Amino acid sequence: MTRILRHRLVLPIAALVALVLVNTISRPSFVSITVRDGQLYGSVIDILRNSAPLMLVALGMTIVIATRGIDLSVGALMAVSGAVALTIIDGSGAPDSPATLAIAIAAGVAVTLVFGAWNGFLVAVLGIQPIIATLVLMLAGRGIALLITGGFITTVTSTPYKFMSQGYLLGLPFAFYVSVVAIVLVAVIQRRTALGVLTESVGINPEASRLAGVRSRGIVWGAYAASGLLAGFAGILYSSNIMAADANAAGQYIELDAILAVVLGGTSLMGGKFSIAGTVIGVFTIQTLKSTITFLGVPPAVSPLFMALVVVIVVLVQSQRVRGGTLRLWNALTARSTKDAEVAR
Amino acid sequence: MADPTTTPVLDAPVLQVSGATVRFGRETALDDVDFRLFPGEVHSLMGENGAGKSTLIKALTGALALDAGVIRLDGMPVRIPSPLDAQRFGIRTVYQEIDLLPNLSVAENIALGREPRRFGGIDWRAMRRLASEVLAELGLTIDPASLLGSHSLAVQQLVAIARAISTDVRVLVLDEPTSSLDADEVAELFRVIRELKERGVAVLFISHFLDQVYEICDRVTVLRAGAVVGEYRTTELLRIDLVQKMLGREIPAAPVRRHAEPDAETPSVLGARALSRGARVRGIDLDVREAEVVGLAGLLGSGRTELARALSGVDRPDTGTVVLDGRELGIPGPRRGIALGVVYSSENRRTEGIIGALTVRENIVLALQAQRGVFRRMRRARQTELAASWIEALGIRPASPEALAGTLSGGNQQKVLLARLLALAPRAILLDEPTRGIDVGAKVEVQNLVGELAANGMSVVFISAELEEVLRVSTRIVVLREGLVVANLPAEELSSGSLLALVTQPDDGA
Amino acid sequence: MSLTTTRPLDGLRARVDRFTSRRASWIPVFAALGILIALLVAGQVYFGNFITPRVLSSLLLDNAYLLILAVGMTFVILTAGIDLSVGAVLAFTAILGARLLSEGFPVVVVIPVMLVGGSLIGLLIGVLIQFFDVQPFIASLAGMFAARGLAFLVSLSSIKVEDPVILWLQTKLFYIDGWFLSPTGIIAIGVVIAGALVLQFTRFGRTIYAIGGNEQSARLMGLPVVRTKLLAYVISGACAGLAGIVFTAYQGAGYPLNGVGTELDTIAAVVIGGTLLTGGSGFVLGSMIGVFVYGTIKTAISFLGAEQSWTRITIGALLLMFVVVQRVIVARSSRR
Repeated sequence: MTRILRHRLVLPIAALVALVLVNTISRPSFVSITVRDGQLYGSVIDILRNSAPLMLVALGMTIVIATRGIDLSVGALMAVSGAVALTIIDGSGAPDSPATLAIAIAAGVAVTLVFGAWNGFLVAVLGIQPIIATLVLMLAGRGIALLITGGFITTVTSTPYKFMSQGYLLGLPFAFYVSVVAIVLVAVIQRRTALGVLTESVGINPEASRLAGVRSRGIVWGAYAASGLLAGFAGILYSSNIMAADANAAGQYIELDAILAVVLGGTSLMGGKFSIAGTVIGVFTIQTLKSTITFLGVPPAVSPLFMALVVVIVVLVQSQRVRGGTLRLWNALTARSTKDAEVAR
Repeated sequence: MADPTTTPVLDAPVLQVSGATVRFGRETALDDVDFRLFPGEVHSLMGENGAGKSTLIKALTGALALDAGVIRLDGMPVRIPSPLDAQRFGIRTVYQEIDLLPNLSVAENIALGREPRRFGGIDWRAMRRLASEVLAELGLTIDPASLLGSHSLAVQQLVAIARAISTDVRVLVLDEPTSSLDADEVAELFRVIRELKERGVAVLFISHFLDQVYEICDRVTVLRAGAVVGEYRTTELLRIDLVQKMLGREIPAAPVRRHAEPDAETPSVLGARALSRGARVRGIDLDVREAEVVGLAGLLGSGRTELARALSGVDRPDTGTVVLDGRELGIPGPRRGIALGVVYSSENRRTEGIIGALTVRENIVLALQAQRGVFRRMRRARQTELAASWIEALGIRPASPEALAGTLSGGNQQKVLLARLLALAPRAILLDEPTRGIDVGAKVEVQNLVGELAANGMSVVFISAELEEVLRVSTRIVVLREGLVVANLPAEELSSGSLLALVTQPDDGA
Repeated sequence: MSLTTTRPLDGLRARVDRFTSRRASWIPVFAALGILIALLVAGQVYFGNFITPRVLSSLLLDNAYLLILAVGMTFVILTAGIDLSVGAVLAFTAILGARLLSEGFPVVVVIPVMLVGGSLIGLLIGVLIQFFDVQPFIASLAGMFAARGLAFLVSLSSIKVEDPVILWLQTKLFYIDGWFLSPTGIIAIGVVIAGALVLQFTRFGRTIYAIGGNEQSARLMGLPVVRTKLLAYVISGACAGLAGIVFTAYQGAGYPLNGVGTELDTIAAVVIGGTLLTGGSGFVLGSMIGVFVYGTIKTAISFLGAEQSWTRITIGALLLMFVVVQRVIVARSSRR
């Protein structure tokens, strides 16, 4: 029993379950799923669909954090990929053709992949602090996206493009499948190849890894490139949702949501061991939280306040000092004799 | 030799420690230590790594609490709960890393915290004047307005001392002050120390450079394995006796089957040609042949680790080359070294060896996996098999491949590290202090292993501070001193006495 | 003796040596000044009417808020920290002030409230960093989120400000021979001078530098590290509050979406102005030059009639250049 309790996913799962329970109790309609024309609808389905962009970004963020880094540019990169893709579709004569779609998506994602590799170069080769290195794109990225769209919010009408975020496949939202594919791909690449354990090694002890012959530079570089790539796909999904390339709104604050999801899932910001499953749970938790806030009637613009509160609570819980203090408090309250208290100290 | 005309008055110690004991878990770092420091004397604490020197110093400077024992200042018992309290008692320390602020001026580094004021703000002119006065007391003329970072480490150290004496200082602790200084700078430092002696300050001088200890110190206290071996005047103790007391006699263990030295025709596998790196490796020529164990002996700072790191490609040399099978080959990094079959086991097994949060299995297969690349992942079953066989071969306890490496004892961690490197089937392995901090039983196991490796044709470089161990394990011994090779002889031709003499032989003119 | 006395070389060489040994940290500031001058000259050459009293006065007028933010940010970055919340805090205090004014609260109450509001958020961030070991960027990112949310809580849309005192701050222009100066400009310059004096002449200021140089050493030297770090973030928050006042005067309204991305502009200005992100080195005057560089680029881009988004891109590129150069210099000196 203690073994199960000690498993590092216990807290994240418990948090998510608690959140779902609270929601269900206050509005039983939360868990109701209706079927219409062979497609499922409901709050839970909405969460599965709407969490897709965050899922992609958070997966990339997990890998980057595992290498002891951070990627603050993901929101801006989302704006860029949306801008590239929609500009191509807008400029093409055939917005509905699959070929146009393929080119648009490929181009959008390729650009963010290059930007991600650029971040990786700054961090892995030049040795610049990850915060600063990715801050540059966070600053300039949205400007670049605006340039690509010529300063406007490009809108297009393209049925296949819209399908990605609004469409259904076998009853479930297509976007959800995108999430699943990404999760499976990342998990397979990390765990079926040696990349996962080598990444963890680099994050836990970069110097010892270097001495053991691990290719630290390549691993760090790859992490940022992957983050860029995933952010690109997230941007495509986002722009598909609003059928527009809004350089300022795309991926706004998604950096913090992603970091929070990763941290909620049990991966430490200090790098090292990471958990894809944990991040997945973290993403669903955050999405459920957002759904809860919306249901409570809080205007979406105010939701960042609640996210900030959650961040504070999470870091406090994880903070050593709080842990140490509560442990001492607990021991003081439950000590049977002064000797026990001494031992506990 | 210490100047007899300034020998301190030895009646009332300014600092006295009685029965000091410090335990870390089951290890005893200090065992009932008595220690005395008199005003106006320069005193040295001597002992090898792990002897308890740094623990005692931490207790004196408020960084550590004693589990038992009393510290007395001028005869009064005191408690020193923090470094700031130690400073208030007049115990000031100058560390190797110079705990000052390189981005501020010399004057600020001396006076900040007590800076002179004017109109509610800092009076810079007065501060610079104050700094000049303090520096002049020590006979130094350093520009007080200059940034501390613009000066050499030697000067920064002098400024640190100036700060220390700018308030009432009773005891000045100098922790390895000369490691980065050249001869002129050391002379300057010693002049300042003598100034302080005149003022009645007690100086605790910690250094592993025997010559310097003998030059500046009046008395030494020798620690070994956490206990005091004795207190001596430098004028009355021969160097060689001092070292013997520091190193002690090894517990005689089962004799190791020393492998015979390879014959003269055997070609060199790994070699150095005029290899230089910084101040610790100065134009070294060396060869390690097949089936040979070359032991590197020397005191701390002699360059053994630096040489091993340069030989294995972990650090890039400044000049000179590494030769492999007679071919001059650069080894620009550990990856290349591993690919060529040359591996290095670091002396800092915690910070540069074991990946604590990974399992024993993952640690063992790490280098192998890194070599195979990202895509050719070893099957889990194969990993477990490999780990299990090494666990058995080296006697790693606990015998579970899934145990977290960070939870193993030092000796077992060392074995895991060895397993990782040996799993690569290298041609040459450089072991840096592999038996440090390991219990006797494990030590012998590692030593025997070294012999077996050589017997199977591997070239081994073995570094250890324990000369007995080096003698027992090596087929050839190279003695280093301050970056130079002082001797290179077959182990058979040496005894513990003659090796000791080679390691501690004073410079000409001391 | 030779190692400690300055060798009596020929006068010029000795002077240069003494300069570099005393004022090495000024060199990046001079570099920034050089860039500013180069930009102004280039603008003049290209546009013809660039270096005029009108354009230069507008530089101060239009960027007064950024100047104030940069002073606060300098304090924080000098301690090797970072404050990502300043833009959001500016928006929050601005909309809060606008709301209070529109509901009839007198100006003498509203202005202090705005300042206190900013300071409180700064204090919160400082407490998280200092007492709960939260990394500065996470703590200030949380602060940014909180402030942004709070801003929308106060009002979902913009609120016009009609208070004469506030408007006077911006609209009253003192003319001197073709140059003009507003009270907001005076406030901004005042903040710069105050910041420079504090950093240079108070123990608090020197402790800020000390923390950035080596926090551990500063503590061992007995300097009040905890208090100082907290105060640095409070100052940053207070500056954001003050910038909120200035910005409200500038816009004539409070708007919860103000200041998005402003924190990045601020950081860029401070870094371009010669302050090292690793802490311990930099000057408020340098940050001021950085702000003017930002303003000049913005002006040049509007002269060009190009998209305003080019400003951010150019600043981003400049920031990158500075960071890479800083990194190379650090790597070079540590190899020695």
